[in-house]
Amino acid sequence: MDAADLAAVWLTLKLATTVTLLLLAIGTPLAWWLARTRSRVKNVVAAIVALPIVLPPTVIGFYLLLALGPNGWVGTLTAALGLGLLPFTFAGLVLASVLYSLPFVVQPLQNAFDAIGERPLEVAATLRASPWDSFWTVAVPLARPGFLSAAVLGFAHTVGEFGVVLMIGGNIPDKTRVVSVQIYDHVEALEYAQAHWLAGSMLVFSFLVLLALYTVNPQAVKGRR
Amino acid sequence: MVTDDLQVRLRIARGDFTLDVDLRLPGRGITALFGASGSGKTTCLRAIAGLEKAEAGYVAIGAEVWEDDAKGVFVPTHRRALGYVFQEASLFAHLSVRANLEFGMKRVARAERRFAPEAVIALLGIEGLMARRPGSLSGGERQRVAIARALLASPRLLLMDEPLAALDLRRKQEILPYLERMHDELSIPIIYVSHAPDEVARLADHLVLLEGGRAVASGPLGDTLARVDLPPSFADDAGVVLDTVLDGHEADALSRLRFDGGVLYVGGRHEAVGSYLRCRIHARDVSLSLQRPAGTSIVNLLPATVTAIAAAETPGHVLVQLRVGASPLLARITERSCRELAIAPGHKLWVQIKGVALLA
Repeated sequence: MDAADLAAVWLTLKLATTVTLLLLAIGTPLAWWLARTRSRVKNVVAAIVALPIVLPPTVIGFYLLLALGPNGWVGTLTAALGLGLLPFTFAGLVLASVLYSLPFVVQPLQNAFDAIGERPLEVAATLRASPWDSFWTVAVPLARPGFLSAAVLGFAHTVGEFGVVLMIGGNIPDKTRVVSVQIYDHVEALEYAQAHWLAGSMLVFSFLVLLALYTVNPQAVKGRR
Repeated sequence: MVTDDLQVRLRIARGDFTLDVDLRLPGRGITALFGASGSGKTTCLRAIAGLEKAEAGYVAIGAEVWEDDAKGVFVPTHRRALGYVFQEASLFAHLSVRANLEFGMKRVARAERRFAPEAVIALLGIEGLMARRPGSLSGGERQRVAIARALLASPRLLLMDEPLAALDLRRKQEILPYLERMHDELSIPIIYVSHAPDEVARLADHLVLLEGGRAVASGPLGDTLARVDLPPSFADDAGVVLDTVLDGHEADALSRLRFDGGVLYVGGRHEAVGSYLRCRIHARDVSLSLQRPAGTSIVNLLPATVTAIAAAETPGHVLVQLRVGASPLLARITERSCRELAIAPGHKLWVQIKGVALLA
């Protein structure tokens, strides 16, 4: 692997870590709400969250590009706030990845919260724990396997994305050129040896992550999708 | 004197079921909420705990108001000083027994703690389980830990929702003595939901009968069980409960029990003289005689006064309510006997008691 490959690996890890942390922060309250609400808009929200599972990445990338671009409403906003435009930046890549990997974090968390049921929280309430208190001391510890699956799937899925990255991030070394794009470049340039190194590493990495997940927590992956 | 009486007025509509009760319950001892499944027992208990919202409700213990719809007061469950024991023990699976016990305790200020952990742990006999995980406990052990956990949250009121219903007979027998000890040693009132006449007869001091979401009776256990104007909720189990004191042991392996109305003889007991014993006398085990029976093998013969008569569940039978001294008693006899002996309220006659069941 040369310096450009290592830079791509480093960028990919940085992206996936950032995205996973953001996804846990956003996905936890969202999954909690989905698991416990009786609101009629629940199904609408659940369907929107699940969209990235069925849509081609290019569709999401296309609309994001329009929205984040100079004439899009997000683009107008970020420009007005002095943040500049997000397409073809690391921040833009993070935003796109968060949207694209959202269901892979929200669904395991929602399943885990669903599985806990009302009872432990009622018990906690009769033992003087406020809702906020029992969320942290009862719901989160009981949903720990769900958090593990969510983090692993969110991370792995971000590492594995290509289409959205290409459309929103472009292919800028050190800024948006992640491993999957780097592999594409190698293949285009007929540099099969380098492509093998990266592609093989990704294959082994993904296999090991999923193997670990199934071994540690077989239920968490079952019944998803 | 501070009264800890409990006032519960609730109206809750759930689909085609409506719970509508207005109860005043004693601030000490065990109150049983008894009724068939679907009568609203659990809904009532959950509403007292604030786990269920009532359309209209007033819940207060002593001077502390937990709920008052007229004033818009609704104290959330975690601010009500109560303990709740669910039908399934519902221990926190991610915590050890010790951490389960401490969960409620550490959320109560030291100065407000009502029970010492060592005392509660000893009371429920769970000393040896502290380091265990809930998953490794038997059903009975789990329920004892759940009860201890509820007590360590320093409740002013303990609510128990059929704590024995999920257990088999042996486990029930294992836990009942602990419940009796709680009854004897704890100063807080307990509301105990049950549909098992045996448990109620054994544990309760006060009885509330629920039917179709309404309280059809509420009163001291002995008086309520002896009422003949109530729907036959105890089915063919009609009978009364007497609280007695062991008065002495006789030479021929009989023990003498004194109660509010006389003396009963039962098979030799091992308890010490002076012990309190509760016994149950089924209406079917009581027969009546106009004169003092002579030449009978039955040892328990007592003078009584008829107070009421009503049709019994069994066709061709009537329930006769009597008073022996200050204690009520029920006899189930045939309509024919009732007619031929011309039994009517006010008559003085003799009762023969064929069987006395000790509840301990």
